[in-house]
Amino acid sequence: MTYDLVVIGGGPAGMAGAAAAALAGLRVALVDGGPRLGGQYFRHPHSAEPLRGRFPRLRAAVAGRATVLARHRVWTVQREDDLLAVHCLAGERDERPRTVRGRRLLIATGAHDRSLPFPGWDLPGVLTAGGAQALLKGDRVVAGRRIVVAGTGPFLLPVASGLAGAGADVAGVYEANRLTGIARRARPAPAKVAEATGYALELLRHRVPFHAGQAVIAAHGDTGLTHVTVARLDRDWRPLATRTVECDTLAVGYGFLPQLDLPVQLGCATRPGVDGSPVVEVDAGLRTSVPGVYAAGEATGVGGADLAEVEGLLAGRTVAMDLGRTARPAPALARRRRRLTAFAEALLRAYPVRDGWRGWLSPGTLVCRCEEVPYARVLEARDLGALDSRAIKLLARPGMGWCQGRVCGYAVACLMGEAPQPPRRPIAQPIRLGDLADQPEETP
Amino acid sequence: MKHETEFEISFDGGPVPARQGQTIGAVLHAAGIRSWRTTRFGGRPRGLFCGIGVCFDCLVTVNGTPSLRACQTEALPGDEVTSG
Ligand code: FES
Repeated sequence: MTYDLVVIGGGPAGMAGAAAAALAGLRVALVDGGPRLGGQYFRHPHSAEPLRGRFPRLRAAVAGRATVLARHRVWTVQREDDLLAVHCLAGERDERPRTVRGRRLLIATGAHDRSLPFPGWDLPGVLTAGGAQALLKGDRVVAGRRIVVAGTGPFLLPVASGLAGAGADVAGVYEANRLTGIARRARPAPAKVAEATGYALELLRHRVPFHAGQAVIAAHGDTGLTHVTVARLDRDWRPLATRTVECDTLAVGYGFLPQLDLPVQLGCATRPGVDGSPVVEVDAGLRTSVPGVYAAGEATGVGGADLAEVEGLLAGRTVAMDLGRTARPAPALARRRRRLTAFAEALLRAYPVRDGWRGWLSPGTLVCRCEEVPYARVLEARDLGALDSRAIKLLARPGMGWCQGRVCGYAVACLMGEAPQPPRRPIAQPIRLGDLADQPEETP
Repeated sequence: MKHETEFEISFDGGPVPARQGQTIGAVLHAAGIRSWRTTRFGGRPRGLFCGIGVCFDCLVTVNGTPSLRACQTEALPGDEVTSG
């Protein structure tokens, strides 16, 4: 079976895109690596599908109209004449190769936390903010007993308030930026103000202190986290004064990085986003530079679930039109996209990553967790003449391990004084090649 | 709300309670087991970090199958999880 459209990613953008395209009469497959639709934003436990909000509406719009292929992890996409072949591994333990073919492709692969290295960040008990949130929303596991939330960005608030509401003792939220004039610069919609106020009230109710201009600059413990060093920061994030806070868990995140492996593999043009990290370039119809390939959601710039959904809807309609279906123009959607994009970009500007974090590192601090590359070895490689992060990678091996630089790539680029580059990963998921060769391939 | 089945898995031989739909990483973390492997060079303990399948810190062996991401692998009744 060949689909008109294959959508990769079952979060707000992918669900909306699949729904819009299917409503316009296209045969649509929606592929996602997780066990259920929702992505990170609508993540929910197996036993409790949300009954209110956007998720059930999108779920209903997708249901019965699009073929949902859950637990399908995409490792590469190849062009086959007029078709795009999406190569997946289906299942979790017994990976079966499976290929889904479509005339058009919508990439809605979302984002993951942006991490910065600091001494002790690989101790058990240190989690990304998104990881702590995923545990809470997907597994109903509170990440720890006494938790510090740190980093930068508006996402820290729902994480902290969720943890406090679930019974954790949240020792504090440490926001590295100072947040002066945010409301003026970002001009948030009333709904956004209400949302932020709700989190702030929840933190107040649980007596969780919020500290702006402060960061966790080191984590300590023997075999697991026992305490962190918190620093008051100057404007460039250089530590001014430090103190110790006891905790068994740290949830830390410095914004988000879009997952760009597949669009880059396909040759889609990227551009630096407002926060410097690359994003996929799209036109007003969410078309990428590669014919037949569209992108929506965080891949086009980190902007949250509302924007992702609007982009998905627009992309689904564009695909339908490009395939000759009639779709009424949607000027209101396009306006909403522009408004939400402006807001998202203002937030990214209000929560930048400042250079001073490099001063948090000591020579022994691991920069790359997978290959256990300490900062000293990165400096050594630089002294040996490695001029950019590619050369560093060859000399000192950061980014050569299992995660393929997804975790350390941003930091390594910053340490080399260069702008973060789009990822060059031949495959989007590690695969056991032997297994693949042995097995007959299924097509759904 | 659907009924939530509870069952046990084992970690290095000892029982650990799990609920249907939880990942092995979540089950271990909830039981206070925060590390289930050590790194190749430094022998450093590792468990969950990103929680969403990106970092590969959480690799674990389940029923003899090595190198599965604990945060992406749903726990099933009777699973034998081993550290490494
Ligand atoms: S915790 Fe990062 S891949 Fe599982």
